[in-house]
Amino acid sequence: MISTNLLALFYLISGVLFILALRGLSSPETSRQGNFFGILGMLIAVVVTFLSIGNFSTSFVYVIAFLLIGGSIGAMIAFKIPMTAMPELVAGFHSLVGLAAVFVAISAFLNPEAFNLGKSGNIKLASLIEMSIGAAVGAITFSGSIIAFLKLRGIMSGAPITFPGQHILNLIILISIIGLTYFLCATQSSNLFWTLILISFLVGVLLIIPIGGADMPVVISMLNSYSGWAAAGIGFTLENTALIITGALVGSSGAILSYIMCKGMNRSFFSVILGGFGGTDQVSKSDNKEQKPVKSGNSDDAAFLMKNASSVIIVPGYGMAVAQAQHALREMVDTLKKNGIKVSYAIHPVAGRMPGHMNVLLAEANVPYDEVFELEEINNDFANCDVAYVIGANDVTNPVAKTDPQSPIYGMPILDVEKAKSVLFVKRSLSPGYAGVDNDLFYRENTLMLFADAKKMTEDIIKSF
Amino acid sequence: MEIDPFVFRLSIFILSIFVGYYVVWSVTPSLHTPLMSVTNAISSVIIVGAIISALAGNDNNVFNESSVFGFLAIILAAVNIFGGFLVTQRMLAMYKKKKK
Repeated sequence: MISTNLLALFYLISGVLFILALRGLSSPETSRQGNFFGILGMLIAVVVTFLSIGNFSTSFVYVIAFLLIGGSIGAMIAFKIPMTAMPELVAGFHSLVGLAAVFVAISAFLNPEAFNLGKSGNIKLASLIEMSIGAAVGAITFSGSIIAFLKLRGIMSGAPITFPGQHILNLIILISIIGLTYFLCATQSSNLFWTLILISFLVGVLLIIPIGGADMPVVISMLNSYSGWAAAGIGFTLENTALIITGALVGSSGAILSYIMCKGMNRSFFSVILGGFGGTDQVSKSDNKEQKPVKSGNSDDAAFLMKNASSVIIVPGYGMAVAQAQHALREMVDTLKKNGIKVSYAIHPVAGRMPGHMNVLLAEANVPYDEVFELEEINNDFANCDVAYVIGANDVTNPVAKTDPQSPIYGMPILDVEKAKSVLFVKRSLSPGYAGVDNDLFYRENTLMLFADAKKMTEDIIKSF
Repeated sequence: MEIDPFVFRLSIFILSIFVGYYVVWSVTPSLHTPLMSVTNAISSVIIVGAIISALAGNDNNVFNESSVFGFLAIILAAVNIFGGFLVTQRMLAMYKKKKK
């Protein structure tokens, strides 16, 4: 019904709208408009696809029905999901993109005529290569995201799973994927195509199981990137500009986020991928330190310290998300502000289980975003602040990262919490964080440990005011 | 000689990577979670491929062996599109400035 050229132009418009959607995220004010552009781009892409095929018969009715089924499931999830579960949700969504890419590739392989890719059993070489790449990357994204989802959800232990010969096995499998693609192109055999997909599923599992819980921000970003490359691969197969542009955007977006997360932990991308971080072998190091004296206090002490402060910096971490303490925290801050105390929030790039996790939780609790600062923006302020309230963060405040070259977290940029006049550290016990490193901060003169659940302690402090 | 369409698409791909690179670096870190959910939603534009393959069946045989995969992909992508955009919208609505 509409010509191929016109169709391509509409897909280009979709692609541009998707770029604008990401551009909008440069500030919260423009972000809502950006999301609207994204929706518009998607709408255009879907509508012109229908028009280009012009088949409004029984199949069309089914397509609409399936679209609505999927759409209502998605909408229901989007409204019901608690903000603390965002990392799992995003991992789950990645897996769907990956699997959709696999299905589209399979369908194109079985019925290449529908996509103008040649005939079944005689598919154009370039299309077949693109299809294989799309299917393989899609399959890796799918199974990898499922593992990440299970780990984040706590169904599977967050501890890294390693076994001897793991890296060699992965290498052999990767080589066999390349070999399979080669033979697939030579023979067009559907059995090879199925094997390729199955092996790629396996790669996804093997790739993610050795990566520990603390490295999840990197894993999620990495899978985000993969889902983009899978989409781009399919985009080349289908000769669809919208898909190619989007795939490239998402691919580079995920790659940049992975880079930022790695930098936030001072770890190289490869050491994260090779995995094994946060295992039990490092924990034993902390044994000899357990004897050092620790000052601990209760909510009254904390309330007293904060009430007499003129500036307070809050340092939230994953523990805040686990305890769902963000709302209580904001209430506490409201009380402090009423007393004329200046309060700001300091967020470490890898706080939480995904990039920007803490910011969303604070926003949910109605914390204005202009009170929330990134590491570089606020780090110098700790020296001038009276109280630092560390709630659920640990490794990202550990001064050892600056002083002990032997430490596994050495070189990681940290929040200079120890420079504050007093530090209130809310934590259940003295156990080390995910990196398995004892936190020097616990034993400092100016640190007061508050041993309790983050939410309960914060609520108690409000009562003590 | 005409340029191979593949080269043309490759150019778009490479340029889009660069656009993505610069655009994503300008995203404020506080919006990194919405960035992930919205990239999730837009990568589900893969639904256009699913629609093409689903509609390739004929009326007597709506679900043939290849269109079935198209229909399955439509469901998955639709979950992602609606879920992704709506959850992004929900998150972005929460980001508020300080009341004056």
